[in-house]
Amino acid sequence: MKVSLSWLKEYVSVDLEPSVMSDRLTMAGLEVDAVEQRFDYLDNVVVARVDEVKKHPNADKLSVCQVNTGDKELVQIVCGAPNVREGMFVPCALPGAVLPGEFKIKKGKLRGEKSCGMLCSASELRLNTDASGIMDLEGEFAPGMPLEDALKLSDTVFEIDLTPNRPDCLSMIGVAREVAAFDLPAKEVTLPDFSLPKDKICDESIHDYAKVEIQDPDLCPRYTAGMLFNVKIEPSPFWLQEKLESIGLTPINNVVDITNFVMMETGQPLHAFDFDEIADSKIIVRRAGDDDEFTTLDSKEHKLEPDMLMICDGKKPVGVAGVMGGENSEISEKTTRVLVESAYFNPVSIRKTAKKTGIGTDASHRFERGVDPDGTLNALKRSVALIAQVCDAKIAKDLIDEHPQKPVPVEIDLDTSALNVRLGTDLDTGAIKEILESVAFEVQKTGDTRLKVGVPFFRVDVARPEDLSEEVARLWGYNKIETSYPQVPAKGKLLDPKISLRENIRQAMTGFSFSEAINYNFVNEDSCNRLNLGEDDKRRRVETILNPISEQMSVLRSSLLPGLLETMKRNVSQQSNSLQIFEIGKVFYATQKGSLPEEYESLAGLITGNRLEQSWFAKKTAYDFFDLKGVVEGLFDALMIGNLNFERADSNRFPYFETGHAAMITSGETILGTLGKIDAKVLKNYGLKTDAFVFDFSMTAIQDLLPEAINAKPLPKFPSTSRDITIIVDRTVRVGAVLDKINGISKKEALVESVSLFDVFEGKPLADGKKSLSFRVVYRSPNKTLTEKNIKKLHTKISKIVIDQFDADLPD
Amino acid sequence: MQNSISRIDEIEKEAFDKIDQADGSDALEKLSIEYLGRKGVLTSFLRNISSLPVEDRPSAGKKANILKGKIEAKFKSAYARLEADSGGDTAGIDVTLPGRPVRKGSLHPVTQVGKEICDIFLRLGFDIAESPEVETDYYNFEALNIPKYHPARDMQDTFYVSENIVLRTHTSPSQPRVMESTEPPVRIISPGKVFRCDSDITHTPMFHQVEGLMVDKNISFGDLKGILTTFVHQFFDKETSLRFRPSFFPFTEPSAEVDIRCVMCRGEGCRICSKTGWLEVLGSGMVHPAVFENVGYDTDKYTGFAFGMGIERLAMLKYGIDDLRKFFENDIRFLGQF
Repeated sequence: MKVSLSWLKEYVSVDLEPSVMSDRLTMAGLEVDAVEQRFDYLDNVVVARVDEVKKHPNADKLSVCQVNTGDKELVQIVCGAPNVREGMFVPCALPGAVLPGEFKIKKGKLRGEKSCGMLCSASELRLNTDASGIMDLEGEFAPGMPLEDALKLSDTVFEIDLTPNRPDCLSMIGVAREVAAFDLPAKEVTLPDFSLPKDKICDESIHDYAKVEIQDPDLCPRYTAGMLFNVKIEPSPFWLQEKLESIGLTPINNVVDITNFVMMETGQPLHAFDFDEIADSKIIVRRAGDDDEFTTLDSKEHKLEPDMLMICDGKKPVGVAGVMGGENSEISEKTTRVLVESAYFNPVSIRKTAKKTGIGTDASHRFERGVDPDGTLNALKRSVALIAQVCDAKIAKDLIDEHPQKPVPVEIDLDTSALNVRLGTDLDTGAIKEILESVAFEVQKTGDTRLKVGVPFFRVDVARPEDLSEEVARLWGYNKIETSYPQVPAKGKLLDPKISLRENIRQAMTGFSFSEAINYNFVNEDSCNRLNLGEDDKRRRVETILNPISEQMSVLRSSLLPGLLETMKRNVSQQSNSLQIFEIGKVFYATQKGSLPEEYESLAGLITGNRLEQSWFAKKTAYDFFDLKGVVEGLFDALMIGNLNFERADSNRFPYFETGHAAMITSGETILGTLGKIDAKVLKNYGLKTDAFVFDFSMTAIQDLLPEAINAKPLPKFPSTSRDITIIVDRTVRVGAVLDKINGISKKEALVESVSLFDVFEGKPLADGKKSLSFRVVYRSPNKTLTEKNIKKLHTKISKIVIDQFDADLPD
Repeated sequence: MQNSISRIDEIEKEAFDKIDQADGSDALEKLSIEYLGRKGVLTSFLRNISSLPVEDRPSAGKKANILKGKIEAKFKSAYARLEADSGGDTAGIDVTLPGRPVRKGSLHPVTQVGKEICDIFLRLGFDIAESPEVETDYYNFEALNIPKYHPARDMQDTFYVSENIVLRTHTSPSQPRVMESTEPPVRIISPGKVFRCDSDITHTPMFHQVEGLMVDKNISFGDLKGILTTFVHQFFDKETSLRFRPSFFPFTEPSAEVDIRCVMCRGEGCRICSKTGWLEVLGSGMVHPAVFENVGYDTDKYTGFAFGMGIERLAMLKYGIDDLRKFFENDIRFLGQF
């Protein structure tokens, strides 16, 4: 909300520097977002003396003037005002000035004569409405003096970002009350005159003309109305327009402007009806019911719902209660009889209606936060009195005040010692009393540390002792509360293993040259199709966001892969072609409607581009499956998860992998995840061309396999010795099968320490369809250094089993 | 024979002296020929070993061979000395050739800053408690004293999955979730992703927060100030001044925003702090009694404080990042800087 300092001063005396004022407001909880000097638009407008006036050679009504603007040389300005004369002091807008209405002043020519500025009328400068001629500044001035200084124009406007709990400060009087409490005891707040001018009241009573009936008192506890006759609708007088403009409102006409003015002054929204448009001279406040359409005064049509509260006349709705009036009854030039409404509406009802219709107004903003339930009548009187005065109208005798539900005053029993504990302060009860009284609480001392606190009606946010602790804290000063440290038992919990696992994985992955990515949880709604997922794939159970930012972000991810592929795409488009990235994050599967989705943590990684770039020691080498497999093996090694098994992944289950280029990884019975090359079609769906290899693991599966404890083994005392086996087999024989076989034997043989593959060869001199595999078996005894004699028999046995099992040949 | 054995010692002394005095590789070359060449002193000695008495021949031969090794080593170190003297261009490797690269991996800045924040609170005795990213309306709002149709719901634009299921708009649901299952004292922080239906230069629809909660007997607003001051001093530096400013969160009362002196301009006023000299870094407050009532805590017995901060916000200040969206583009040129 904008607050003009000069307007504010009508209710409270302030003589603080704008910056100090802004700071005090902020520290009282009324955060000042911006401070503006209202007359900043008069920059480049100076006082000028007209030294010479000549007729314009080409235009009868124009004069060519030489004016002194404080510079050595006189400035030539063409002027059309009838009152321009030599020797007068006038406001002069110099080139560069921007006058109200975004009117930019530039050098130019008028009918062939040079003109370097503009001599201004008061209306052009928004100083008053006089547009009859240029502004004649009476008195002596130094030419070139800024106009702001010459006229002592000054007003500061504070833009306050109010929190939703403080609707009482959505008004000048509310802010004035806070400003008054800067001092203890508080300064006085001068309220406007809420009485009706007797000389404007006529003999006819409102009751003879209008009736108000509240059918739904739960939504409208109070409705007051006043009536005016002989209203003359005109533009508002300057003072009123200026007030509204100073806080950013646009003047409309005198009646509407007054309702807005009083709303800004008191916080109570008001509405004025053209009484001649009210059928049956009757206002009925009721739920919309069967009425289903309504046109508001901004000419927009709205669909109504039965529960929305409407202001109706004898036949039809004439306003959306507390939100916006209707086009059918709005004030127009022809209006002569005005009915002014000042009411209290249920905040939740107004909020629902404003949300559903999508109309947010200054009125609904206030009603939904809660206006002063006790301020209804004063605001009505204030607006009726002003309309009578400004629009030269007569006030009908009496006011309507339907008040089916009276507000219940709030009284709080405050234990000041509890308040001091809560705040960590040591304030005495008297000081607390004084602080609360400074913002209009009615406080009675009922014991040494007991206060009975009556809450003013406008403080809708205060209901319990803790709320009063905030009042005391903010008014005493948050920064005066001493810093302390809690005394708590030195009892700690174990770090959740999930968290340490993540940290261990991150450490390993960055060690393997991978960079961590964090992608959005939302992905394109087409992601499952892009991954080519089968119709009954679990990952198609995506949770859809009802109000997404865009369709690219409209479903919750059920896999980390789309995010990684998008990341690859973005990087490749920036010419970063070689990538090693990983991500740890949640994936989601929808459950029944209205229930939380399943959330699982996943780990995925992607490589693309080159393992080696062209360099002095190597040729460019592209990544392949085995680069990523090595990373996966290294990762599980780092996590001390052994017994990994890689099987060909089923291409129906994992259709985003190229067939035959993907593995499913298990350890024992547990499926850890998959690893493979992204299928060309999927790459194409993501607009990618280069090969990409990904892995995708379940964090819970990993966690289940973590060793419970690490037991250090003694290092061997005796050296190992190794023997090789080379066999020639059909190329269809899987290395894994041979290794499994050898490992199977060696498990039973205490002397075998490890088995590894060290060479694979295909091609000449081998026959077509054959390949040679070379394995190294390492033997070691815990008791002695092994000799050829010790292992010869065992090695021969292993070789023979392998040869027999795989129908292998030995090399020549 | 005495004579012969001593001759070997003489050769050693002579050769070593000459090698030490050699002033260039040419001189060394000559000396090498003089001693080790086909007609060299040592070669000649070995060739003539047969002139010695039979019993002396083995020991003399052995000794001469040892000396040969010694002289060869002496030449090697002499060449190295000369090369070092001359600046070392003539032999060895070109150490200026680039090494075989090992690519570096990096942790996402959000992970790094998140961990830094959590570590500070872990040192202060807090535990980490995580909670779901998709939440019920109850935990995200109702339990936190934000009823349906409360204007405070406007403070956060919410993504809905169904009428009562939302993407959590803050990490605060961890508060009721933890309190429902734990008796005080409670000391937790809860880091994680949060979501708001908002996307422009200064807002991304997803970002990260760290929530904190401490509940016990006699916990005061002063304690809140103490813990958060310690945090700010550890995260930024000891010189960073703070101010606590009244604010509003439905689940705390009193509520406070914590501002720090602008880290860019040190309070002079700049673009980063919109000329105020202060930067908002944390929201906090004393836990609202309604929240305690919702989880069944005795409001007469316990008080507590809660706070929350945005990880990206702190990372931007720490690293001077000016565009929030960069965090989620995952451009490797960005990620590699941290």
